[in-house]
Amino acid sequence: MATLFQGVGAVTPFSASSSLDSNKLLLPSRKSLSISDSRGSIFVYRSDALNLKAATRKQDLLIPNAVATKGETSTSAKSGHELLLFEALREGLEEEMERDPRVCVMGEDVGHYGGSYKVTKGLAEKYGDLRVLDTPIAENSFTGMGIGAAMTGLRPIVEGMNMGFLLLAFNQISNNCGMLHYTSGGQFTIPIVIRGPGGVGRQLGAEHSQRLESYFQSIPGIQMVACSTPYNAKGLMKAAIRSENPVILFEHVLLYNLKERIPDEEYVLSLEEAEMVRPGEHVTILTYSRMRYHVMQAAKTLVNKGYDPEVIDIRSLKPFDLYTIGCSVKKTHRVLIVEECMRTGGIGASLTAAITENFHDYLDAPIVCLSSQDVPTPYAGTLEEWTVVQPAQIVSAVEQLCQ
Amino acid sequence: MALSRSGSNLLKPISPFFSCAPSILSRSISSSNDSITVETSIPFTAHNCEPPSRSVTTSAAELRSFFRDMALMRRMEIAADSLYKAKLIRGFCHLYDGQEAVAVGMEAAITRKDCIITAYRDHCTFLSRGGNLVEVFAELMGRRAGMSNGKGGSMHFYRKEGGFYGGHGIVGAQVPLGCGLAFAQKYSKDENVTFAMYGDGAANQGQLFEALNIAALWDLPAILVCENNHYGMGTAEWRAAKSPAYYKRGDYVPGLKVDGMDAFAVKQACKFAKEHALKNGPIILEMDTYRYHGHSMSDPGSTYRTRDEISGVRQERDPIERIRKLLLSHEISTETELKDIEKEVRKEVDNAISKAKESEMPDPSELFTNVYVKGFGVEAYGADRKELRATLP
Repeated sequence: MATLFQGVGAVTPFSASSSLDSNKLLLPSRKSLSISDSRGSIFVYRSDALNLKAATRKQDLLIPNAVATKGETSTSAKSGHELLLFEALREGLEEEMERDPRVCVMGEDVGHYGGSYKVTKGLAEKYGDLRVLDTPIAENSFTGMGIGAAMTGLRPIVEGMNMGFLLLAFNQISNNCGMLHYTSGGQFTIPIVIRGPGGVGRQLGAEHSQRLESYFQSIPGIQMVACSTPYNAKGLMKAAIRSENPVILFEHVLLYNLKERIPDEEYVLSLEEAEMVRPGEHVTILTYSRMRYHVMQAAKTLVNKGYDPEVIDIRSLKPFDLYTIGCSVKKTHRVLIVEECMRTGGIGASLTAAITENFHDYLDAPIVCLSSQDVPTPYAGTLEEWTVVQPAQIVSAVEQLCQ
Repeated sequence: MALSRSGSNLLKPISPFFSCAPSILSRSISSSNDSITVETSIPFTAHNCEPPSRSVTTSAAELRSFFRDMALMRRMEIAADSLYKAKLIRGFCHLYDGQEAVAVGMEAAITRKDCIITAYRDHCTFLSRGGNLVEVFAELMGRRAGMSNGKGGSMHFYRKEGGFYGGHGIVGAQVPLGCGLAFAQKYSKDENVTFAMYGDGAANQGQLFEALNIAALWDLPAILVCENNHYGMGTAEWRAAKSPAYYKRGDYVPGLKVDGMDAFAVKQACKFAKEHALKNGPIILEMDTYRYHGHSMSDPGSTYRTRDEISGVRQERDPIERIRKLLLSHEISTETELKDIEKEVRKEVDNAISKAKESEMPDPSELFTNVYVKGFGVEAYGADRKELRATLP
């Protein structure tokens, strides 16, 4: 797969797929968009001329399609550099901090310690204590402070050491972060990024294995994205920082050491686009974050058994990229959702409702949603394995769906 | 039994409040520029710092503007009361009458570049930050001419160009926001301060102490102002706080207790606090004040305190009366002039209300405006992408 980039100025809602009818996808979105010009003018200068031109070029804008399944390497990737996911996040963060002096990071142990997952390592030495701030263990107040700073025009990035700790800041995130733009009649924008690792790790215990996307998804006014590969981690981090809206970026504890080759050029991804991981014909599998890898593992087994699954990493958890999903459903007529969220009230539940509402006529079978069990994550390794969806379950679900 | 205990304390600062300053101007005509020295009602009580002096310099013009501003605020709140009873204002309406001296005194000590953030009792603070009456009444009645386009309501007044950051419904949540504003001010090195206001009820919130810790740690120019009106909704302060000395609660952070019904004390304290915060980091101001209305319009305000207490405070410590007496004693204005000002203010408020009533309700399409800011792909398309369902501006 060629590694490609997407210029900033043209971050229009293209589908992430290049192998589907790309022409059909590009043109309607182009026509219905009347603000693509104005959008280009919003952005601050780009550091290299190459990308400025990219803003004006239209047709030769290429679509990123990093397939980061284990074992698959980019063939034409003599360019680009290899790094781990947390390094990709750091690169994105550093580029944005370099580019805009208003960007600052605050969180526990992000400064001198370098970040508990090393995402902010080295940044405090480079940018000083005022831009990379070590906070005390007071999530409610430092999230509130980040939001207050964002009201004046700073662009803070608040790191929760573990997403679960942000439950303490729920009031700030829900009432202030999400709603201030609306209740002030547009006077204040909150360009904050709240990020942190979540998800089930290796026997971390119930309180440190939380998936908060289901709790936050109803908050109006915020955007949620989940990264899964170094490529999209860096792109989404940059997009989130540049966005004028509050964005919650969900990372996963177990994905920080994924290695991939990413382009040297600067690239930013769209915050509300899904990624086509593996085009197929028989069934659409929607997933995000770590479950993508379980799905790809199951996909190998499925391919051997003769199935052709289409795998989409939805990436954008709020709002859903219903366009990409819709195109896929119209093709395959069967949907399987694989997620790490809880069964009750999770992302899968919302997605099932959204797909049924919009694409009911195209479905040949009811939507199957595989999610984690509705239990606190146990400590014992075997039990923990069974709370999360495993590739074998995905395979049998697909087989059942395709009967 | 419960009520009498607190009642006596509230009437305490009643010592003579005007001094015979030797630099008094001529008796018949008072020039606006001559400075007058006024003494605050009581000396300041300080914690971990040196209190400022009791003498405040002011001028005739300032006295007159204080009177007018406070009369306007008082009239606005009373008009809001009648509008609420006429069911034109719905939901929650928290009135500030009695506490006007805090808003007016604070404004006199600072610039528009300094930020103020407060909780839901924000009508008068919004006005002092440059808001106008029509905006206030339109927002209260949910009309489009309101400063938040009718979508915020009583508890969500904001004025970005006036440095007024709201307007927040959840008790105590505005204090971390205020420390964030102070952080941004320190970040951009612009020598301004933030006043984060909260009430005696919110003073028991944990996030306040968290934010105070961070502000002290990072030397932020944050001034935490506790508007202590002695009742957290229906609960008296001594029933909610083990230590109602809110100015001392900061421990390592210095504090100052101020008579919040005396606009000059407030002005002096805010001036002092601003200088302190720019040099030494956060400071807590406790404004000892009182609200005549209940907590909100749905609270009669008399179930947890006696009418005698309310009328007692109104007689002894009313902020507008204090200024009136000063104006009369320094012969800056006559009784009739002051009455004329009050009539004028009443008319102004009535005009604003009728103008606000003319404004229309927001259009249904405005339901979806300002949820997101346009940016990286925030158009919500229908599922087929051909139809643009909503462009979120």
